[in-house]
Amino acid sequence: MRFEGLARLGRGVIGALERLGRAHLLLLAILGGTGEVLRRPRLLFDQIYNLGVLSLLIVGVSGLFVGMVLGLQGYYVLQQFGAEESLGIMVAASLVRELGPVVAALLVAGRAGSSLTAEIGLMKATEQLSGLEMMAVDPVRRILAPRFYGGVIAMPLLAAIFSAVGVLGGYFVGVGLLGVDEGAFWSQMQAKVDFQEDILNGVIKSLVFGIAVTWIALFQGYDTVPTSLGVSRSTTRSVVHAALLVLGLDFVLTALMFGD
Amino acid sequence: MSVESDRDVLVRIRGLHFRRGPRVIFDDLSLDILRGSVTAVMGPSGTGKTTLLKLITGQLRPDAGSIEVDGEDVLRLDKAGLYRLRRRMGMLFQSGALLTDLDVFENVAYPLREHTDLNESMLRKLVLLKLEAVGLRGARDLMPSQLSGGMARRVALARAIALDPMMILYDEPFTGQDPISLGMLVSLVRQLNDAAGMTSILVSHDVQETASIADYLYILSQGRIIAQGTREQIEGDDSEPVRQFMDGLPDGPVHFHYPASPLDEDLRSPGRRR
Repeated sequence: MRFEGLARLGRGVIGALERLGRAHLLLLAILGGTGEVLRRPRLLFDQIYNLGVLSLLIVGVSGLFVGMVLGLQGYYVLQQFGAEESLGIMVAASLVRELGPVVAALLVAGRAGSSLTAEIGLMKATEQLSGLEMMAVDPVRRILAPRFYGGVIAMPLLAAIFSAVGVLGGYFVGVGLLGVDEGAFWSQMQAKVDFQEDILNGVIKSLVFGIAVTWIALFQGYDTVPTSLGVSRSTTRSVVHAALLVLGLDFVLTALMFGD
Repeated sequence: MSVESDRDVLVRIRGLHFRRGPRVIFDDLSLDILRGSVTAVMGPSGTGKTTLLKLITGQLRPDAGSIEVDGEDVLRLDKAGLYRLRRRMGMLFQSGALLTDLDVFENVAYPLREHTDLNESMLRKLVLLKLEAVGLRGARDLMPSQLSGGMARRVALARAIALDPMMILYDEPFTGQDPISLGMLVSLVRQLNDAAGMTSILVSHDVQETASIADYLYILSQGRIIAQGTREQIEGDDSEPVRQFMDGLPDGPVHFHYPASPLDEDLRSPGRRR
């Protein structure tokens, strides 16, 4: 009785470590399916459409609003120092470095990650995955691997679109609404946004987020308890874990990229 | 069972032990499935009938014992070997397990597309023939969600025989069917077995339907075989557990009540803490 709490803690830790181990084994198995994905690019294209193209609307609209808010907030702060001409660089740098990769990853986790988890989880619950195995088709290679690469490829593209639309949003508000000089807006952006420092780092970030979000979504689905409650819990966990991991990774990556 | 020569036995199980957590599912189980026969494995729910199918197909691994299918030791096969063996087996899942985003035609075509290089017209002919065999050629364009339970099971059956397997395993094929689809499924199982020279393993607790088409029956209870033989032999078996199962008696060696403390004691206790 006295050690019950301790035992429960131990069980929890061991369970978590086991899940972590299974997640890594699954990732290895997925990477083992790379050849299959290359042999049948059609499967990959379908998933890029599913995860990427179908996320365009939410990513685009969110990007526009985030850019517009940046334009407003940035203008109010910068004009106090008479520096409103720097609005362009401020909007672009914040989007390309941080908000683009991070917010796009959070949106993708919510839209595409949750649907991936639910899809795979339901396939497990309805024995479709076992059915594939019985047809001598490896579900990890045939179903999971194309989805993984689809997510990893779609994420940087979505982040780039988010940033681009966001810059336009900032432009509409800053230049169109608040009267910032158009030439200054664009030329400062062009002069100060560095390709390697800003854009490449942003792309690397979103690539890492793409791996994290898709991996978590697939694992949660594949590892689900095959009941309605199990699938619903996995779907929730998929989004929560992905969001936390993205934010945590963002800090680590930022420290590595921009720290001295 | 009389001693059969090795060539007649397609599935040979010896000394099988399997447990799930503390629960013993199989305790020293041994059985043979003969080539070309319809063999039924029956028993009350929870006796591990589905587990047995998963062990034979290598989806689960036993704690001890040996499982041979067509002379191959299932437990020694690596993944590639197991997948090679599974191409020669079909399995009909209780739920049908059809891929929900493909229509009926594509579901049946799926194993053919995955494992053969047939051209489109040959593939189409094969799929239509398989669908014809289960009477659903006209339903080829329907999606799985538009099928009734019995139809879904017949489509799954067409898919299971798409690669002309040597053996087909049925997991509770008759459960929850209306009398008409039930009759169709029962005769299909027998027909497919005889027409294509397959071997069938039928796991079920639908006593009458199963007994009517099986060449040989095993009755499982609590991890062991409690009776085996032809239909006549089983029907002549007077032992209490066999009679309870075959005649559907509510109480007997398998109790109506799940194990519990005496009722009056239970009613007087304060109940579970929340």
